[in-house]
Amino acid sequence: MEVRVQNVRKEFDRFPALHDVSLDIKSGELIALLGPSGSGKTTLLRLIAGLERPTAGKIFFGDEDASEKSVQERNIGFVFQHYALFRHMTILENVSFGLEVRPRATRPPKAEIRRRARELLDLVQLSGLEKRYPSQLSGGQRQRVALARALAIEPGVLLLDEPFGALDAQVRRELRKWLREMHDRTGHTTVFVTHDQEEALELADRLCVMSQGKIEQVGTPDTVYDQPQSPFVFGFIGESSTLPVNIERGDIWLGDRPIGISSPEAVGPARLFFRPHDIELVDGDAALSGVVASSRRVGGTRRVELDIGGAGHRVEIDLPFDHPAGERSQISFRPKRWKLFPAE
Amino acid sequence: MSRLGRFRQPSVIPGFGLTLGFTLTYFSLIILVPLVALVLRSAGLGWNGFWAAALDPRVLASLRTSFLTATIAAGINVVFGTLIAWVLVRYRFPGRRIFDAMVDLPFALPTAVAGIALTAIYAPNGIVGQFAAQLGWRIAYTPIGITIAMIFIGLPFVVRTIQPILEEISKEVEEASATLGANRFQTITRVLLPSLMPAILTGFALAFARAVGEYGSVIFIAGNIPFVSEIAPLLIVIRLEEFNYAGAAVIATVMLAISFVMLFIINLIQAWSRRRYGYGS
Repeated sequence: MEVRVQNVRKEFDRFPALHDVSLDIKSGELIALLGPSGSGKTTLLRLIAGLERPTAGKIFFGDEDASEKSVQERNIGFVFQHYALFRHMTILENVSFGLEVRPRATRPPKAEIRRRARELLDLVQLSGLEKRYPSQLSGGQRQRVALARALAIEPGVLLLDEPFGALDAQVRRELRKWLREMHDRTGHTTVFVTHDQEEALELADRLCVMSQGKIEQVGTPDTVYDQPQSPFVFGFIGESSTLPVNIERGDIWLGDRPIGISSPEAVGPARLFFRPHDIELVDGDAALSGVVASSRRVGGTRRVELDIGGAGHRVEIDLPFDHPAGERSQISFRPKRWKLFPAE
Repeated sequence: MSRLGRFRQPSVIPGFGLTLGFTLTYFSLIILVPLVALVLRSAGLGWNGFWAAALDPRVLASLRTSFLTATIAAGINVVFGTLIAWVLVRYRFPGRRIFDAMVDLPFALPTAVAGIALTAIYAPNGIVGQFAAQLGWRIAYTPIGITIAMIFIGLPFVVRTIQPILEEISKEVEEASATLGANRFQTITRVLLPSLMPAILTGFALAFARAVGEYGSVIFIAGNIPFVSEIAPLLIVIRLEEFNYAGAAVIATVMLAISFVMLFIINLIQAWSRRRYGYGS
């Protein structure tokens, strides 16, 4: 189901958590709300779920205005960070719950509920654990039960609030892959909240990057990574370094030195952003040149920290781990891909 | 030590022998020895003498009054104590902290003071009692009065056992229930109450035990009419004043036995539900 968030504002005790946010979620897509804590991403998710009421604005499910509908009426599946399983119920009872609390007119017969719950447990690969209690399962298993429970009511939209946040790295990576497969198989419109950019980049069809109650950028992972629209997005998604520069006569200057790249449009002070791996080593004057401050190997690359100029600017660049330049105490380079934003 | 060693759990804190020894000594001095003395004292009457004293109609009537009123009081406390705990945990309102602190007052107040205050209120000429009297009800000097006194002294036990558990049940669980389509009533009856069950049972057991043993507040409001509103602890005191120490010990032993059986059963139910509801997860 399509979900449209239209000019939604949310205040908690006069404290604004979301300022005028609009977002179109396409039917069947897997979209990530990504941002640091306090950016309003969880608030937005809870507003879509109906667990919070917007201060202003509307939320549409398809063509229907869902703003005034209660949580129960919205028919959404919600998965919580800490699972929120019912600990006094078995796994099977947990998954059946959503169907069993339906009014008699729409409630399937008992045997049918059992059958569907078993089917879902099969889908989340937990067959055979029907009779266990949540306390007897591992974190990853519990989260899969929570997902099966949410899917049992055949939700129009599946909402996940930091679903892997409480799990360790290994399990997290497995579940991520598994969630992607599940989504491709079932095709539910899915919104998930995360502060882990790697998770968002790997999992989502589209990202919605948020900061301080506003949406900074919406786009595919590639677009957001390659063409960040704001300094915040550049800094938040992926690794990056920034330098205060000056643009004069089309050339970019750091202090009193041109750094060998040019920008025809802008003039005056600006901020230069580039990624550690988007650089080339050069010899010569027109380049960024720095003293190696630290150098450590991270897997297949060497991450070098450089002090540039005398003003204590520090940037990071990546070299192949066996590159001879890794031995030097001074390195000159030029960003291959970069972006300028107006100075603050 | 080598025989005890079998029970020994590896632990970073030393002193298993010392702490176990201390626990047993302490337990014996404070609980076991007095109880054994009590039973021995009543055994002094011999088998027939014991049963004659225990099955005396006045004793039976007082036991019935005590246990019936205590059970009813604990039952009422469980219902309203849960409600109070709920309000204190889930809502923020002005004066909540004061209200919260007041819950403990029945712990601190000398029970005789409570008894006199309750009697003053519920007596036929009291603030509440006069309205009841107009309707033809008597509260003070009847088992109803006893129950009220027992509710008063037992309430904090229920509230204070349920409160922390309720705080521990995250709001997310309620929200999860709502997102799955459950209405408010279904959420309470199918999700919240079952997970509160162990705490409710503990609260019941504590309030019940306290009520059965209560003396100070009850005797003022009870009226102490034999066969009607005479509680077993009072009858024990009466026997003592008659220098009938063995008779007093017999009543106490019977009370002890009944209480022990009831608490033991509650404990069993609790252990079962704890296992079932997977505490510590």
